Amino acid sequence: MTTTNILLCGVGGQGTLLASNLIADCAMKAGFDVKKSEIHGMAQRGGSVVSHVRFGESIASPIIRKGEADIVLSFEELEAIRWAEFLKPDGIVITNSQKILPMSVSAGSEKYPENIPEILSRSSIANICVDAIGKAIELGNQKCLNVVLLGVLAHKLPMIDSILWKESIKEKVPQKLLDLNLKAFDAGWALA
Amino acid sequence: MTHKGKKAFLSGNAAIARGAWEAGIRFASAYPGTPSTEILEFLGKYDEIDAQWAVNEKTAMETVIGAAYAGARSICAQKHVGLNVAADPFFTASYTGINAALVIVTADDPGLHSSQNEQDNRNYARMAKMPMFEPSNSQEAKDMVKAAVKISEEYDTPVIIRTTTRISHSEGVVELGERENAPEREFERNMGKYCVLPAIAKKLHEKVEKRTSKLEELSNKSEFNRIEKGDKKLGIITSGVSYQHAKEVFPNASFLKIGMSWPFPSELFQKFAAMVENVIVIEENDPFLEMAVKAAGVECIGKEKIPACSELNPDIIYEALKDFAEAKAPKSAKLVSGVNIPVRPPVLCPGCPHRGVFYTLRKLNCTVTGDIGCYSLGALAPHNAMHSIVCMGASITNALGIEKAMKDKIHGKLVAVIGESTFMHSGMTGLLDTVYNKGRHVTIILDNSITAMTGHQPNPASGKTLKGEPAKVVNLEAVCKALGVDHVTCVDPFDLKQLEETIKTALADPEPSVVITKRPCFLLKSYKPKTYKVSINREKCVKCGMCMKLGCPALEINPEDGKTVINYALCVHCGLCAKVCRPGAITQATEEAK
Ligand SMILES: Cc1ncc(C[n+]2csc(CCOP(=O)(O)OP(=O)(O)O)c2C)c(N)n1
Ligand code: SF4
Ligand code: SF4
Repeated sequence: MTTTNILLCGVGGQGTLLASNLIADCAMKAGFDVKKSEIHGMAQRGGSVVSHVRFGESIASPIIRKGEADIVLSFEELEAIRWAEFLKPDGIVITNSQKILPMSVSAGSEKYPENIPEILSRSSIANICVDAIGKAIELGNQKCLNVVLLGVLAHKLPMIDSILWKESIKEKVPQKLLDLNLKAFDAGWALA
Repeated sequence: MTHKGKKAFLSGNAAIARGAWEAGIRFASAYPGTPSTEILEFLGKYDEIDAQWAVNEKTAMETVIGAAYAGARSICAQKHVGLNVAADPFFTASYTGINAALVIVTADDPGLHSSQNEQDNRNYARMAKMPMFEPSNSQEAKDMVKAAVKISEEYDTPVIIRTTTRISHSEGVVELGERENAPEREFERNMGKYCVLPAIAKKLHEKVEKRTSKLEELSNKSEFNRIEKGDKKLGIITSGVSYQHAKEVFPNASFLKIGMSWPFPSELFQKFAAMVENVIVIEENDPFLEMAVKAAGVECIGKEKIPACSELNPDIIYEALKDFAEAKAPKSAKLVSGVNIPVRPPVLCPGCPHRGVFYTLRKLNCTVTGDIGCYSLGALAPHNAMHSIVCMGASITNALGIEKAMKDKIHGKLVAVIGESTFMHSGMTGLLDTVYNKGRHVTIILDNSITAMTGHQPNPASGKTLKGEPAKVVNLEAVCKALGVDHVTCVDPFDLKQLEETIKTALADPEPSVVITKRPCFLLKSYKPKTYKVSINREKCVKCGMCMKLGCPALEINPEDGKTVINYALCVHCGLCAKVCRPGAITQATEEAK
């Protein structure tokens, strides 16, 4: 059986941790061995954050090798190009179309690269850019961005039964935000 | 919370806590530190375990030693440098041994994800002569805590569990078990065991040496040290997460997988060495296993190939050992070329109470000795307001030393900044030293009423315990006065004018003085300041750049006209930028926003 590797990246505070938890949980429910690794610590204060999720028959290292990720799921455009080197030759980058400026850019000393989807395509990296943040705002809460993106991702993971996603969301999301997140998942699914 | 036989997806830290619960541990104490913090947070969720945040690692260690003497199975957990702070009681606890089990977790940080150094605490096991386990996944983390409890009581010794960031913060599938009911153990007076007077400690040392020989026998037959037969050409010796990475690169090699890494299983190793052609030691940081291999007189490949700096991963191991045909090459990645990708370092949050302090210190051109906490970010641009950071508590005593060296040349300019948690951890003694030895620098205690850096743990300034119970709030002002500082002033760090005046007065003071800035961390759920809307009239902006010196992530320079814009997705309306904007372009409403 092959191993599936998903690298999630974004900016501290964007909710990557809940997203990687949900993916891991679904993969476990689907009967896979799962490992997940992420670095917190400084993450909360707007730094760049990354989670590795791996599942398959038996997983050794919790870290994805460069060139081995099936999917890079990026919550922010700049992070998509920062982590793209983890992608395997036939893998795909899925990125939220949001831009969050690093301090050096907002202070005017560096430039935020323009047209990131094109930069990826120019480097022959398959990519999908979705306005997940727009959808989340439309649904009334930026915080459900992570679950919108999971909806998009779910299309690419046929080995996980779509029922499992909702089951996991029901288990892991606080009751009062459940409705919003179930809608967010459907919205993401429809975006893809 | 029994769920026997059920499987859960746990981080290494959660698994350690679960193992402690299953092993009948009753008491836990620790000071937070990445990557060990969550162990205590998870322990605190079990009703059967009395878990508490200590003021520092030494008090935590001494408390768990006391609890273990008195019959409660106990655990403490600290980051690698935390064990330096706790080293004094730690070493001697090896001599006295315990009564009920004592497990000591050290969580190291190869790769310095969130630390000031990369020390390899496996060396502590050898030096203190305490048995040590190194889990390589969450399941082992849980199993090893249970084994540690058993060995601790059987061999009368504290036992070390050594994790690293990649074990503590990685998650994997773990099979759950039941909680064991530990038998009660009485605490009896036993001078020959618990009172380490020199003549007694001399005998205890002999006991430790005998214990070590027995532990070595145990290590040779431990279920956690095993030979995995594979290709005879390559014999890999490894432990911890390195084992998992090595398996990715050399799936078919022979392995000596070390789980109990001190004492080293020499006999088992000799058997393994005789089976394979080449011995390779794959481990992070120090050549800890390698030294044991070489001491056994066996040639091996080790640190001359495997980097000593930073953490390992399959890619690094592959790079180091790709001369071996057996090494599995990665797929070739496609690179994004021709673009500069700006880095994204962490920053003080919008609304952070520390921001105005660094703005002011920079403005007054002070020499600043720093300390460890969120405010360490004051060393970075645009604040650039720190001259040294060594370890927790060092700000005050570093400043005292600087004064001793520079005397008049530095008087009136020198400031030590320290968070309240760090002050209580190890700053109070330094302040007393400053008073006693006639220092006169200014100490600024940044009281945001929480240990923020490590993820918001309550401390004696918070009014709450780890279990969420109310607690007495420390009076820091009275503490400083009692230590002999006559001039202690409290100030709101959002009141920039008052803050600047207070610091100036303190700098001019010929006596040591303390300024306490009081305002909660902006991320505290209990902190709900009123919102007075901040806005910018861009016509009035003269591009002076004063606001940008605050380093607030919500302030941006528009590349088109060079003027400031407020990013309302991030702004929390703290009002600081309005206070530094001289032309009055940025203003704050005086009525609360609806
Ligand atoms: C000996 C030691 N123990 C623990 C840590 C981890 N640590 C870093 S900063 C910090 C405390 C920060 O709290 P505080 O001083 O109140 O500052 P804040 O982050 O709240 O601004 C801790 C526990 C460490 N670096 N060294
Ligand atoms: S967590 Fe609190 S103390 Fe730390 S940077 Fe953010 S606001 Fe400041
Ligand atoms: S008011 Fe100014 S300083 Fe405060 S968060 Fe908003 S932009 Fe930043």
